[in-house]
Amino acid sequence: MPFMPEPDPDPWQLRRLNGPQDFGSVKELATNPIGDRIIGAFFSQGQETVDFHSFVRILAHFRPLDKNRAKRPDSPEPINSRISKLRFAFQLYDQDNDGKISRDELLQVLRTMLEMQVTEEQLESIADRTIQEADLDGDNAISFDEFRKSLEKVNIEHKMSSRFLH
Amino acid sequence: MLFVTPLLLVTAVGVAAADLYGTEASVRPETAVSAAPPATLSASPAASPYPPEEYAEAGIALARSADAHDPVETTDSGDASHHGGGYKIVQWEWSYVQTPYIIAIWILVASVAKILFHFSQRVTTVVPESCLLILLGLVLGGVVLIASKKQLYQLEPGLFFLFLLPTIVGDAGYFMPSRLFFDNLGTILVYAVVGTLWNAFCTGFSLYGMKLAGIIDEKVEGGMMEFLLFGALISAVDPVAVLAVFEEVHVNETLFIIVFGESLLNDAVTVVLYKVFISFVEVGPGNVQTADYFKGVASFLIVNVGGTLVGLIFAVLLAFVTRFTKRVRIIEPLFIFLLVYLAYLTAELFSLSAILSMTFCGIGCNKYVEANISQKSRTTVKYTMKTLASIAETIIFIFLGISAVDKSKWAWDTGLVSCTLIFIFVFRALGVIGQTWVLNWFRLVPLDKLDQVVMSYGGLRGAVAFALVVLLDGHKVKAKDYFVATTIVVIFFTVMFQGLTIKPLVKWLKVPRSTNSKPTINEEIHERAFDHILAAVEDIAGLNGYHHWRDKWEQFDKNYLSKLLMRKSVYHKGELWEVYQKINIRDAISVIDQGGNVLSSARLSLPSMASRTSFSEVTNVTNYLRENGSGVCLDLQVIDTVSGGKVEEETETHHLLTGNLYKPRRRYHAHYSRHFMTVGDKERQDREVFQRNMRSRLESFKSTRHKAKGRHKKERSQKKRKGSDAKEQEVNGKPRRNVSWQDTDPVTAPVDSPEERSEEEADKDEDVGITFVARKHETLKEPLKERPKSDMLEVYQSLAVIPPSPTCAEKHLPWKGGGGTLPVCVSMETTKIIPIDLQQAWNQSISSLESLASPPVQAEPQHPRVRALSRAEAARGGNSGGSDSGGSGPAQDPRFHFPNDEENGQSLQQQESQPLMSSMKPPAPPQVSSTQGMGRRPPTFNRNPCVYLRSLVSASPPGSEPRSRGPTQL
Repeated sequence: MPFMPEPDPDPWQLRRLNGPQDFGSVKELATNPIGDRIIGAFFSQGQETVDFHSFVRILAHFRPLDKNRAKRPDSPEPINSRISKLRFAFQLYDQDNDGKISRDELLQVLRTMLEMQVTEEQLESIADRTIQEADLDGDNAISFDEFRKSLEKVNIEHKMSSRFLH
Repeated sequence: MLFVTPLLLVTAVGVAAADLYGTEASVRPETAVSAAPPATLSASPAASPYPPEEYAEAGIALARSADAHDPVETTDSGDASHHGGGYKIVQWEWSYVQTPYIIAIWILVASVAKILFHFSQRVTTVVPESCLLILLGLVLGGVVLIASKKQLYQLEPGLFFLFLLPTIVGDAGYFMPSRLFFDNLGTILVYAVVGTLWNAFCTGFSLYGMKLAGIIDEKVEGGMMEFLLFGALISAVDPVAVLAVFEEVHVNETLFIIVFGESLLNDAVTVVLYKVFISFVEVGPGNVQTADYFKGVASFLIVNVGGTLVGLIFAVLLAFVTRFTKRVRIIEPLFIFLLVYLAYLTAELFSLSAILSMTFCGIGCNKYVEANISQKSRTTVKYTMKTLASIAETIIFIFLGISAVDKSKWAWDTGLVSCTLIFIFVFRALGVIGQTWVLNWFRLVPLDKLDQVVMSYGGLRGAVAFALVVLLDGHKVKAKDYFVATTIVVIFFTVMFQGLTIKPLVKWLKVPRSTNSKPTINEEIHERAFDHILAAVEDIAGLNGYHHWRDKWEQFDKNYLSKLLMRKSVYHKGELWEVYQKINIRDAISVIDQGGNVLSSARLSLPSMASRTSFSEVTNVTNYLRENGSGVCLDLQVIDTVSGGKVEEETETHHLLTGNLYKPRRRYHAHYSRHFMTVGDKERQDREVFQRNMRSRLESFKSTRHKAKGRHKKERSQKKRKGSDAKEQEVNGKPRRNVSWQDTDPVTAPVDSPEERSEEEADKDEDVGITFVARKHETLKEPLKERPKSDMLEVYQSLAVIPPSPTCAEKHLPWKGGGGTLPVCVSMETTKIIPIDLQQAWNQSISSLESLASPPVQAEPQHPRVRALSRAEAARGGNSGGSDSGGSGPAQDPRFHFPNDEENGQSLQQQESQPLMSSMKPPAPPQVSSTQGMGRRPPTFNRNPCVYLRSLVSASPPGSEPRSRGPTQL
């Protein structure tokens, strides 16, 4: 527990979450192509509930990076660091938790994100292309390292932070 | 810089001479209108068909007439230029052409100046181009002044606001990185509105204070309103200057978009302040009532919102119009220019903020328009806009320099100038710091000190301020001349001094630079995922944050706007797919650019791909094959099929040719069409290359093949007939060179005619090529085939039995066509048409194969193999985007043909064309196969060929043959 975000607790306690159904009550999530995966990210394996503590911990991934905190070398990796943000995203792809995004896993994500707009071959070619682009060691899958490298130039701090969690 | 100057001088003198003459002549009409000196009129040519008014009007554009200009001078030029009487063979019609001529000369000067600047890299890396241009303008202005005693040219506000500025703003708006822009919209708006107001009022009041304090000379007549007016026009950061300087500095995107966005959006504020203060000055400060202030605020809102609305309306209109330009691709770019420009003019018409209007029109329409128009049109729009903007910018800076050399307009007051310089700098810095402090409470990524320094320092003033100050009415604003001089000094100081030093400053401060990288598919995908993640997180947290609204907007856009504004074919394609295609095309082009032979070389290294290590690994093999087969192949198809990738195609072909030019004997086809550009004979050459390759391959393969396989392939090829001239070529090439084929020989003669025809069609279609529609049916079928790569062999076998089903090519096509763009027609044709032609061809080929004895066997097997190879190659080549030089050529032909047929006749023509095709091709089964191959081959070919290729590879060195990719891949 290196670092806990300390948001005003009130809004959170109002939303005690007891199960996926409660997440399901958030209408917008239904239209979010990867909403399911994000809900899944809140639950550790096998558990059907999420307490406030871990709920906040997940959300803490999306705090903007605080430069002052990051500067302390002795502090452990903050949960909202670039790496943590990336790892969170990576885990959304890596559903079987084997540390790699396989072609199938990538295809699943692509399929949901693109919905019905493209044909299966198109999906496959995109997936292949994606993997080839990122795959450095030739195992036909994207490891976290490769994932990180492929996004080296992206401003993760910006893109994976939410303003309200300041 | 110093040593460039002499060069410039030379040009300058030369130009000046031309200009002078032009100027004198141009003066004539204007004087004629205003003063109507009889001498001039009589001297002026009866030959000239236009009344003087027109000259005058046009003359305003560039040549500025001096009221006091001596008519005698004019008369001289008039005499010199006109004949005394009788018929002259050569007539001097200067007055007839003068206006466009002068304009053209000026543009030429500007362009040549640019070339000269860039001769010396050292100079241009240190000195921004805008500085050099201003210097050049100063020199030119000096020459003109010395030569004519009068400054005849000036940056005319009318010219500037109606022509020069819109080109720059249009370019900026249309190519504005919209995501970045909207991500920072809040910040930009604050700087643009609050910042500009702050600057204007602070500068105005402070100057007035200085005036009261006596630091500014008494001669500068003006009350508070005058100084506020001056503050308003001098305080706005200028988009032209910012663009010119920042483009060379390469600060990071966020910083750039903030400064540049501010410079665009502050236009509304500037316009309103300027107008309000002018009216106040006219009325007199004493008569301004409280209500007037509120009117000012109201007009600010109206100008702002109105300008934006006008822009958005035109954006919708433009997007909607481009939905229906499918058949008139040639004027697509025109619509874009016209409507974007109309957005600007309309806003001016209602005295709304024209810059805002144009900017939002560009931003708004970009997504839909780019999706709707063809690839060619996209390129055209891009380059035309960039060219225009670049030349407009050049002219603006040159004229700024020239305008400065005009004693009659200057009235120098050291106090005013120095105070203004100090104030604008100080208040800019204070404003930025203050606003940033507030903004950082809300910004996700706070702007740090370095950013603030750059933003303060990047507050460049430019031509907008100059044009505004020149527009002032000297009778109402008594201090106009002082203001003009001060404005010029401010502009020169900011553009030249700050522009010169900002680069070293940025380096010295180590401000993060922009990384000049092209997007990768990974980034595209993951960034999309990030957006979704954040939207979901905000939803879960129950807060309607930025991502929440963004998500909502995207939904709305997808469900309504895109449906309305995009072609159906485009709408059904995923955005990601578009991106994918773009990246693929880009890779294909870069591969080709690396040298024509890259195509032929077995391994393709795509720049965007990370290092591809192992071809040898079994797992990768399929992948690699697929990649090259589908992915790379895609490129070609994309190019061909997706909206007229002519350009890429041409590049590709060009490189191919340069790489392996095999000089063909050509038949000359004359095509003339005003509406379509002809492809030329490239295909032929490609064919030649292809043949050449095939030959070598055949030789290498001879020993390997079995009859059976050969048959299969033959059959296939026959089935595939329609698409490929390439196959035809193969056939032709083979028989002629290697073995005498019974079947093929007869074929050869006929082949030519179909080819020709196809070429013609291709020519017509090229542009249209983009349009191929309705692919879906095939697509559905294809996926099945594609998926089981492992089953490739089976498929391949089955292919022989099964009538030609849509092959890889089809698959590819569907992708491209995903929206329905491509090859539906192709597939349709193949399925329908094939039967007749195929049967003939098939029978022929089979019988020939069977009939052949053992000795011929070699030849026969070769043929089939060759065909298969050729197919594979063709498929690959086509798919791979020209990876195979030979393949690409043939592949292209077939594609084009199909599309042509389809497009021209559409369904009807298809039917017609089929019979024609058959008649044309009947003798040559191979042809048929080739044509079909185009459409179908790719999938099967890729797989099958790969297998074959493997075996082949062992026999033949992959490198030797351009198409050897398949083998190499294996």
